[in-house]
Amino acid sequence: MNHEEIKAKVVAFLGQHLPLDGLGDNDSIFKTKAVNSLFAMQLVLFVEKEFGIQVENEDLEMSNFESINAVTGLVARKTGNQ
Amino acid sequence: MKTVLTSDQETFRQSCRSFVEQEISPYAEAYDEAEQFPPELIQKMAAAGYLGGNVPAEYGGLALDAISYGLMCQEFGRGCASARGLLTVHSMVLLALLRWGSPAQKESWIERMARGSVIAAFALSEPNAGSDATSLTTMAVPDGDHYLLNGQKKWITFAQIADVFLLFAKVDGQITAFLVEKDNPGLAIQPLNGLSGCRASMLAELHLDNCRIPGENLVGRPGLGWPYVGGMALDHGRYTVACGCLGLAAACLDASLAYVTERRQFGVPLAEHQLIQQLVTDMAVQVETARLLCYRAGYLRQEGDPGAILATAMAKYHAARVANETAAAAMQIHGANGFTRAYPLQRHWRDAKVMEIIEGSTQIQQLLIAKQLIAAKS
Repeated sequence: MNHEEIKAKVVAFLGQHLPLDGLGDNDSIFKTKAVNSLFAMQLVLFVEKEFGIQVENEDLEMSNFESINAVTGLVARKTGNQ
Repeated sequence: MKTVLTSDQETFRQSCRSFVEQEISPYAEAYDEAEQFPPELIQKMAAAGYLGGNVPAEYGGLALDAISYGLMCQEFGRGCASARGLLTVHSMVLLALLRWGSPAQKESWIERMARGSVIAAFALSEPNAGSDATSLTTMAVPDGDHYLLNGQKKWITFAQIADVFLLFAKVDGQITAFLVEKDNPGLAIQPLNGLSGCRASMLAELHLDNCRIPGENLVGRPGLGWPYVGGMALDHGRYTVACGCLGLAAACLDASLAYVTERRQFGVPLAEHQLIQQLVTDMAVQVETARLLCYRAGYLRQEGDPGAILATAMAKYHAARVANETAAAAMQIHGANGFTRAYPLQRHWRDAKVMEIIEGSTQIQQLLIAKQLIAAKS
């Protein structure tokens, strides 16, 4: 799966939970009022199930989940698709 | 989605029911009255493997699938909410360690916890931090290769007998999880007695006064305590509570069905009175709706589906309300008899109210669910 395919899946998932209008690829999704603790956990489960990876303690940095590009980058690194 | 249990799941459910009917239900009133949960029962639960239900076989656990785990909680919930509560808090800590624990923590704790030689409890709530869990004030300050913990925890289920606590404190303002052993100097455990629900759950307050904890007892990393370590443990806890509520409600229905065929008024069994039939019908439909939501949550949990978290919140929200409404209806059917210890209904009725408060109150579930649903449309 290439970078764009990963990103498309990330955007599709986020779109089920957040208003994406006006949200840029590098904008913080955690600054939208839509995000709560449930969503933070859902995002981890999504990444693990969709891409078959295990999110480890060291992966749980805000910089890995803050934006569309951040999540895409995390998945790309962990799946070796940089 | 299947709503029919596999033969293995059904066999396991029946074995859980037999255990509860033999070892718990006949004595649950006595536990409730004495506000005690006997160590011998914990040993029997451990010997049957129930305390390691969510633990992989490599650590000596039963490695149950999510549906089977829910069935176990359902059957325990039928007999005794406190017994189900022990399964809940113990397995919440196990889940946190399996998911976020270091290799050394897993090596040190999980097998012993799965065997039941170590009992664990979940210490998040504080006198002024209940629904607003992130407002906790217990602090952890680095002290060399240790942390010094100061603060107070309250309403900690089975804290009177727990050997170790998964305890949450703030490090530089960030919620962080620690393993705190009961004998740790600086930790005082004060029993909470005289409660009206889940009376055998042996709650206690924890007082931390310069409680010095080794740095290796930190679970995850500083700041991962919320939402990851604590939130995922609570998500598991919600599932167990939802299934326990289903069991409690089913017990109320079964007791009511037996009572209405035995009890006669106006020359006929209660069952022949149409207003009683209405009560029984509503109870049965509520039980089945709760069952479907619990199965759906269990199925999604087994799949690792991100939708499992919302489905679990919905199941807990609904099943806790069903437990309350069904217990209240059972009390109505049983009349004055329901208030006596000759019947378990008064205990179920009292315990059901607790279910609308623990692992996120009904109102917190409503807020979480609504926010999720509305956010996607805004």
